[in-house]
Amino acid sequence: MADLMQILTTNPLARQLGVPQPTRLRRGRELPSGPVVLAAVGGAQGHGGVVADSLGLLGLTPQEALVDTPGTRVTETDEDGRTREVPTPYPGKIGAVVVDATAATGLDDLETMRGVLRPALKALESSGRVIVVGLEPESAGAVTAVATQQALDGITRTVGKELRKGATANLVRVDLLTDRPTTAADLASTLSFLLEGRSAYVSGDVLHVGHAAASAAPETRPFEGQIVVVTGAGRGIGASIAETFARDGALVVGIDVPAGGEALSTVVNRIGGQALQLDITAPDAGTRIAAHVAQRFGASARIHTIVHNAGITRDKLLVNTDEQRWASVLEVNLASQLRINEQLLDPDLPGGLDDNGRIVGVSSVTGLAGNRGQANYAAAKAGMIGVARAMGADPRLAERGITVNVVAPGVIATEMWGKVPLVTRTLGERMNSLQQAGRPVDVAEAIGYLADPASGAVTGQVVRVDGQLMLGA
Amino acid sequence: MSEQSSSALRDAVVVGGNRIPFGKAGGAYAAASNQAMLTAALDGLVARYGLAGERLGEVAAGAVLKHARDFNLTRESVLGSALAPSTPAYDLQQACGTGLETVIQVANKIRLGQIDSGVAGGVDSASDAPIAVGEGLRKALIKANHARTPMQRVKALAGIRPGDLAPETPRNAEPRTGLSMGEHQARTAKEWGITREAQDELAAASHHNLARAWDEGFFDDLATGFLRLSRDQGLRADTSVDKLATLQPVFGKGEGATMTAGNSTPLSDGAALVLLSSREWAEERRLPALARFVDAEVAAVDYVSGEEGLLMAPAYAVPRLLARQGLTLQDFDYYEIHEAFASTVLATLAAWESEDFCRDRLGLDAPLGSIDRSRLNVNGSSLAAGHPFAATGGRIVATLSKLLHEKGPGSRGLVSICAAGGQGVVAILEGC
Ligand SMILES: NC(=O)c1ccc[n+]([C@@H]2O[C@H](COP(=O)([O-])OP(=O)(O)OC[C@H]3O[C@@H](n4cnc5c(N)ncnc54)[C@H](O)[C@@H]3O)[C@@H](O)[C@H]2O)c1
Repeated sequence: MADLMQILTTNPLARQLGVPQPTRLRRGRELPSGPVVLAAVGGAQGHGGVVADSLGLLGLTPQEALVDTPGTRVTETDEDGRTREVPTPYPGKIGAVVVDATAATGLDDLETMRGVLRPALKALESSGRVIVVGLEPESAGAVTAVATQQALDGITRTVGKELRKGATANLVRVDLLTDRPTTAADLASTLSFLLEGRSAYVSGDVLHVGHAAASAAPETRPFEGQIVVVTGAGRGIGASIAETFARDGALVVGIDVPAGGEALSTVVNRIGGQALQLDITAPDAGTRIAAHVAQRFGASARIHTIVHNAGITRDKLLVNTDEQRWASVLEVNLASQLRINEQLLDPDLPGGLDDNGRIVGVSSVTGLAGNRGQANYAAAKAGMIGVARAMGADPRLAERGITVNVVAPGVIATEMWGKVPLVTRTLGERMNSLQQAGRPVDVAEAIGYLADPASGAVTGQVVRVDGQLMLGA
Repeated sequence: MSEQSSSALRDAVVVGGNRIPFGKAGGAYAAASNQAMLTAALDGLVARYGLAGERLGEVAAGAVLKHARDFNLTRESVLGSALAPSTPAYDLQQACGTGLETVIQVANKIRLGQIDSGVAGGVDSASDAPIAVGEGLRKALIKANHARTPMQRVKALAGIRPGDLAPETPRNAEPRTGLSMGEHQARTAKEWGITREAQDELAAASHHNLARAWDEGFFDDLATGFLRLSRDQGLRADTSVDKLATLQPVFGKGEGATMTAGNSTPLSDGAALVLLSSREWAEERRLPALARFVDAEVAAVDYVSGEEGLLMAPAYAVPRLLARQGLTLQDFDYYEIHEAFASTVLATLAAWESEDFCRDRLGLDAPLGSIDRSRLNVNGSSLAAGHPFAATGGRIVATLSKLLHEKGPGSRGLVSICAAGGQGVVAILEGC
């Protein structure tokens, strides 16, 4: 069946009739084409210049942002000869505006935020970026400072909803007033991800960057020679995760159930990886993964990243859900992951998770917002978020440099999504700030960012890959 | 073969295997071609061992039922697979012995140092079997094709009689006797006094053992799901001797008929492959060595004159192999005897226990004796899995190699496969 919305949106007449056209998003490791402009709010340098230094580490030299004040406006005359006062415009399109608001402590600073964003939003290119860097509000000190930092959240999320043409807005919170302050190196992988096309479908998100003992420098093939295990790699999002890690140099071990062997072979052979047919609900799944790694890569080899992507749904309203329907989803989507983590975290297990290793889970916005008919699924996906928070706060893991995070995809156009009834699908795809469904690669890129050796300061986080979904949370 | 020359050979080891679950004829793979099945099995093997883009020494495989389009079947499958296109390949055919014969062929080339690695096995489809046109029609078509004028062509085609239009489907029959394999085996079963009960017991055990192996995940790294099939389609985990006893005999006649659809192997579709290499090749790639290929023997019998049963050749091949290796029939941890029919296995075992047979036919002083039946086809065999003719050798060698590896170094396994044309292919593997 033809997609009605697709007909409507590709038809030139429909364009004239004003049907919203989904923008083709900038993807991959591509930076914005226009300049990056930087503004500091609440102090000439922000707080210690961490943001500027971090951009410097990425080899970027930002231009100074324009700030709209009543005294800097210019007069614009329209076709009918009417005049009005407008902010001094940028000479051309800009690619991104980065606001260092780490020193913002008072409500006056919020007026500066407005002043920076007004001309910048006007000049932002398609798939442009708004990145606001602030503090963890609780760490900001006085009530006014906390309120100011919290206000950044409201501003960024709103800007995300107002932006058009594939542009995104995200807030990054760092620690600067604590005893483990975030460094420019800690922040670099996050700024790189948000600026590049890799974050195409991430908007209205709030990410926290802490501090790691050693944050590696961002590279274009960060996983060169590293062993990455992906569960549910035979199709859908998992196939894309496997491909994206392979693109970035990883030795990928793809896992799927033996029944899915044909699909898994195709994915794995395409990327030169290895297939491990395994039902992750087997009680010894973790040790079997480790045994495979030790056998195939040598006794001293260890896993750099494990991605818990395999997942199932068994939807029914809770009033109709029996214990089997409940258990099967919790078993695959949560319990098995807990067991695998525990087994792989044994430092003495050959082929286990390496120091400075990464655990990344594929949760869901359903885990944040709930969804009718998905109580079992929501329980498991919310549980995964709990796992990431708890493990992300575990000092024993921090000592080993291991991070634990999840991504929470929204509407992602997989083959299965294509089978959802047209109306539901079309509505679902439009109900976000980017007015389109995400692609599996968008989820994969977010996972790659979290797994990056340069992302050691990012742990216990939930990265929503949902184009700022308007439903639920 | 003298001690000296054999010590000059290097080891060939089984690294692993892959098959697709076997389908019932007309079942899950009804529309799948030999090439599609063989390619799927090959790609699964390549993915398991991370061999995408690699050039292997060779791929040897075959099919018993072949279409004209299956010309160069194995090479075409390699070209459609993830292996490097520079991997040579060829087809080989020895009826049901095809799969094991390719293993012998590849192993021997490795042992001689001609190649370092290779894939062996086979595929067959009883569903997608070639249908030939009758001889009259075929001749008329050839004549028409060679015709130089339209008139000549019309004349040639006009010669076709209605009777010529009936297609000739391949028959599971021996060309020289006109008897089906089942009818041949029914004679043998009767000769050896193989009872219905014993056959049904063997069949039930095959199903139960195979089902347990699937349940335990034994095939997790030996099979890849294909076309929505994730287990052998003919497998009946819940069958029993009682249920099997209710089936009517289909081969043989009258009172003494014992062979039913339950204790005879069904027609099936599927493909199975084995990866073999030198020890060094496996070590370099950090791939496992499951079992060492020790030796093999092929025997043939005169079944046409009726002197010996069609499927009895393994009874001759095994003692020759044992003698060459200085082993007795009892020196094995596992026996894999292909279950063409339950009675084939039982007649073979009975022959080795028979003083008369061993003396008169094999020329031995004493019978080979009996085997510990708990070591026979421990994870099921063809009665339960099905028997896509050329795929059976690959299935058995991969299964046995994994069993031997689990048992430990030095453990020993015997493979015995009977084949149409009165042939038998047998081999010995040793656990690594
Ligand atoms: N597609 C979306 O829109 C979307 C949105 C939010 C979250 N997610 C999550 O993303 C992940 C991937 O989703 P998808 O749409 O690609 O799903 P999918 O069903 O297409 O793929 C899931 C894969 O996991 C495998 N799998 C299932 N159970 C397994 C087990 N026990 N052991 C090993 N492998 C197993 C399946 O065989 C399959 O190949 C899931 O966790 C899902 O909950 C998807």
